[in-house]
Order: sequence, then C-alpha cells, then structure tokens
Amino acid sequence: MRLQKNTRLALYSVLEFAARPGQHVPAAEVAQKYGESAHHLAKVLSELARAGILESVRGVGGGYRFTGNARRLTLLDVIRLFEDFDAAPNGLGRHGAPADRALGEVLAEIDQITLATFGSITVATMLKMVERNSATVA
Amino acid sequence: MREPQVRPVRRADLPEVIALDASVTGVHKADYWQRVYRRYGVGGQGLRHFLVAVDDGRVLGFVIGEVRDWEFGSPPCGWVFAIDVQPRARQRGVGTRLLNAMRNRFERVGVRMLRTMLASDNQLILSFFRSQGLRAGRLIPLELEIGADTA
Repeated sequence: MRLQKNTRLALYSVLEFAARPGQHVPAAEVAQKYGESAHHLAKVLSELARAGILESVRGVGGGYRFTGNARRLTLLDVIRLFEDFDAAPNGLGRHGAPADRALGEVLAEIDQITLATFGSITVATMLKMVERNSATVA
Repeated sequence: MREPQVRPVRRADLPEVIALDASVTGVHKADYWQRVYRRYGVGGQGLRHFLVAVDDGRVLGFVIGEVRDWEFGSPPCGWVFAIDVQPRARQRGVGTRLLNAMRNRFERVGVRMLRTMLASDNQLILSFFRSQGLRAGRLIPLELEIGADTA
C-alpha cells in the first residue's frame, strides 16, 4: 500500500495542527519540518481547509489552525480528500478471465482490510501512537 | 460530572441493557440477552464477565467477555465480544472504564492478551478499540456462507 505524496503530506499536516489544537501554526514551519516547498504544502492545506479540517489564519506569516474533531476524524477521511480510494482496484473486473476475477477477489479482500484500518484510526489515536514512538526514540 | 461505577450486571439491569442494544442495533432480542445473562452474568467462575457502567442507578453501557484458551493452539486470551455505551453518554470515558474493568479481570487470572472481532464497517467501535491501543493481531478472521443456496 503506497499513499501519494500529497496524501502523506496531508496526513502529516493534520497531525501537526491537531497536536496543537486551537493554536495558529505557520505553514512554513510545517513545510520546513517535512522538507516540502511552501508552495506545494499550500495546495494541500488549502484542500484541508476546504474540507473544514483546518481554518486559515490571517496575519503575519499566515497559517492555519485545526478545527476538526480529532476523536472523530479518521485517516480515511483525510485520504479520501486526495485519493479515489474506493475505485475498483487494479483494473481487474468481473468481466475478465477467471484468473483475473480470482485475483481481483484476493485484492478486494486486501482493500477491504486497508479501508477498515484507515477508517478506524482517528487523528487522536494517531497522536497517541506518535507520542509513543517519540518516547521510544527519546 | 461523576465517574460511573462499573460492576457485574444484575438481573434488574437487563431491561436497560436490552433497550440500549436495541437502540444501537435496531433489533430487540430479549431472549438472546436472557441467555447471555445466564451464561455470563451469573456463574462465570471468574472466566466470563458481563459488566455494566451505571450512574445514579441508570445503565450507561455494558461490556461482555470471557477467557478462551487453546483455540487453534492460541494460549488463553481475553475475548471481548460486546461493548456499547448510551449515545448520550459517549465521549465521557465510559467505554474506557468498561474495557479497563474487563482487562483487570482478565489479568487477575493470568491472561496477557486481549482480543476482539467485529465487522470491518463498524467504524465507531473499531475506532474505540484502536483508541485503546488494540491493533491487528496474529489471527485472521475467515468466513464462509453456507446453506443450500450458496453452493
């Protein structure tokens, strides 16, 4: 399972902002932390703001603050903003050869588990996992 | 706000448990709950537990579980197979208290693994378990539709 670059950047961004709820965080700070151009990140943040997850903050430096519900917002909610995750997988359809259809069934099983996993992990849970990992590294 | 008390279920709690389950699942199944009460509510011998969270005499939620051992060679583990909280009482830590109480009971008898299994589209309860630290484990659930029409 590979997520597109924008999707990963969106997930990192959501975690950064959600870790400091209500606080104004400069976009440049997030861009620098993840080694991304501010221009690239701006597009991602703009999409997150359109979805109501972030709110743009006017003023010096610009920035955003988290406005979502970290205990309800899941990774899948964020991923779906950037990827068509529910499309038929891998071009294997019900009209292909029997082997194609059989392989399609296997891949569909995997996709179902992937969807359930992303759909069950909230931002709040991710923040706890990040914290645990930080403690391990420290 | 007061902390709810978690204790073993009593027969008098059953109507509220049944109503809570029916409100969440849309299915009123009193007979099933009577059986569950007989099996898990009384006579569990320390291995089966049916707990409720109550506040001011009202049931806010329940959890049911048991110790299962040596299924396909798996050492004893604590299985949680039902948990729910009144919608009006959610996000107050009731589910966490219920699960912790169950976990403590499993730990008291030496169990070192807690497991559960639920539908992959049950996002609410899946998210709850994830928030409690549960993650995909070594067991993979499999199923097969059976019956005359499924050959």
